Amino acid sequence: MNKLTERFHRLKENGEKAFVAYIMGGDGGMERLKEDIFSLQASGADVIEVGVPFSDPVADGPVIQDAGLRALEAGTTLSTILETLRVIKAQVRVPLILMTYINPVLQYGVDKFALDSENAGVSGCIFPDLPLEEEGLVTGALSKTDISVIRLASLTSPEERLKRLAEDSEGFIYAVTVKGVTGERAELNAAELEAKISKLKTYTNTPVLAGFGISTPSLAKKVLPFCDGVIVGSKIVNAFHQGKREEVDELIKGIKGLALTVK
Amino acid sequence: MKMTAYKMPDQHGKYGAFGGKFVPETLMNAITELEDAYNTIASTDEFQEEFTSLLKNYVGRETPLYFAKRLSEKTGGAKIYLKREDLNHTGAHKINNTLGQALLAKRMGKNKVVAETGAGQHGVATATVCALLDMEAVIFMGEEDIQRQKLNVYRMELLGAKVVSVTQGSRTLKDAVNEALRYWVTNIDDTHYIMGSVLGPHPFPQIVRDFQSVIGKETKEQFYTVENKLPDYVVACIGGGSNAMGMFYPFIEDQGVSLIGVEAAGKGIQTGFHAASLTKGKKGILHGAYMYLLQSEDGQIQEAHSISAGLDYPGVGPEHSYLMEEGRVEYTSVTDEEALSAFHLLTRTEGIIPALESSHAIAHAVKIAAELPADKSIVICLSGRGDKDVDTIRKAEGRAEHE
Repeated sequence: MNKLTERFHRLKENGEKAFVAYIMGGDGGMERLKEDIFSLQASGADVIEVGVPFSDPVADGPVIQDAGLRALEAGTTLSTILETLRVIKAQVRVPLILMTYINPVLQYGVDKFALDSENAGVSGCIFPDLPLEEEGLVTGALSKTDISVIRLASLTSPEERLKRLAEDSEGFIYAVTVKGVTGERAELNAAELEAKISKLKTYTNTPVLAGFGISTPSLAKKVLPFCDGVIVGSKIVNAFHQGKREEVDELIKGIKGLALTVK
Repeated sequence: MKMTAYKMPDQHGKYGAFGGKFVPETLMNAITELEDAYNTIASTDEFQEEFTSLLKNYVGRETPLYFAKRLSEKTGGAKIYLKREDLNHTGAHKINNTLGQALLAKRMGKNKVVAETGAGQHGVATATVCALLDMEAVIFMGEEDIQRQKLNVYRMELLGAKVVSVTQGSRTLKDAVNEALRYWVTNIDDTHYIMGSVLGPHPFPQIVRDFQSVIGKETKEQFYTVENKLPDYVVACIGGGSNAMGMFYPFIEDQGVSLIGVEAAGKGIQTGFHAASLTKGKKGILHGAYMYLLQSEDGQIQEAHSISAGLDYPGVGPEHSYLMEEGRVEYTSVTDEEALSAFHLLTRTEGIIPALESSHAIAHAVKIAAELPADKSIVICLSGRGDKDVDTIRKAEGRAEHE
């Protein structure tokens, strides 16, 4: 059982919901990546998702696009991110997952990626442009490691597809809350999302987390009753970029506080 | 001289190792629906009748296969024929595809379309069919390209389309595709994406090829009528690769016909300022497909450079990537300078002003024609007319004079 699965077991035992924090690796340089991880760990994030910058991030909205460009301009590569994570591995208790478009992984070499990610303490990977049909590209190499491949499910996925996504799912399932790209939103359609997530849950015991567009405790409160946790990205990326660490701390504590009381 | 039946893509949307569906999960259902709709609707008599009738009466097909006598004489070798896609309504081959896709979208109950455009030809062709079929069009175009192609922007607006300036990334075609994909994800329920070239996730490369293959089918018949045989060479320019794929596809099994794709070498393939993805690129994944790409060592996509905005894309469709590895099509490149000189050559000898894109094919065809005997023949796909490029050429050559 890897660190990620262990964490979800513990959360379940305690009746807690998960808070996953997304950051862009290398935005502000590699020293900041370390600081970001330690600060999120101290604030109580359950999982930290480190984004790998890519020149053409089609699933991302403006905030994460800009963060990716800043990271690339600072010289960030998949290799420098993995190296940084490896260096701080002993001090990181929170499970780390990587979010990367598939082309940087292909160029790095899938086998080497699997091995180096494991050595860097990574326990899960999200590939936003690698649907079920193409997953075979990485599963061979990753199955030799303890790393989970985290699948995405969307509001547009029909029932038969949700069933296939749920079967053999690992780590958690990332339920995309909106038809759209990443980024903060004022509202979301909780009823539509609830129907999809309940459907997914009939097919699997793998935790289902909601992400894309969740940026406040009040939005989190809408979805937490029917999912196992939330993923917050753009809001955190923005706050860290502006040096507002205390805002992130408040947000995590706010949502974690909520999560405990939602049954 | 037939090779075994050519049946690509396979049921997974792959051309050998190339192609596939590398897109976010939110798009998967739309892509599957499109695949089903294409397989069930596009082959029906009802669809084909409407499509064929509009190609004839609205687009102006069939386009002539013209024997360029003066150009052939001047070159002093093989006979050169021009497939006149420049004579299509809107001035390029792009409308063959936009018409087909818009008719399909309409039958799928989608009345809105989104598209990307580089030079503006695909955007104009999309805006045109949307005006014709009473559909809404949103066209994404890089800020750089908007500056380079102001007239085409105005044409699209006159036709009723909304043109959105893309200020992200390199502000050219690749970023316009990113934004169009993001728009599609957000408006997936009522919007169809009219992909402009043989790019993107399956089934787009296949759909675009099939709608464009009217070019090659007509060429084959027309050539046979005049020469009673097949041409020895068929030459087309390659950006994403749609005019070339449409021209080559009906000839793939005819091994006696040499097929040559011409990429943009920009300032020269050794300079780094080019768009020669097959000649100088590496395999990778962009915009939904595994194909040859211009990219850095760690997999970041690089900018393409060409005097021709329509060839300015850092990848080449998956089927071309496959045909190169199979050795069925030869891919080469010509520089901005060579393309410009071919532009003038055709303009002066035949009174035909070609698009800068097509000028790349002319440049290479003239090179090989000169080396061939008079009983050999070459067909060039003259993919578009050059009116849109006149300003670019004036500026390029005005600068050159002062250097």
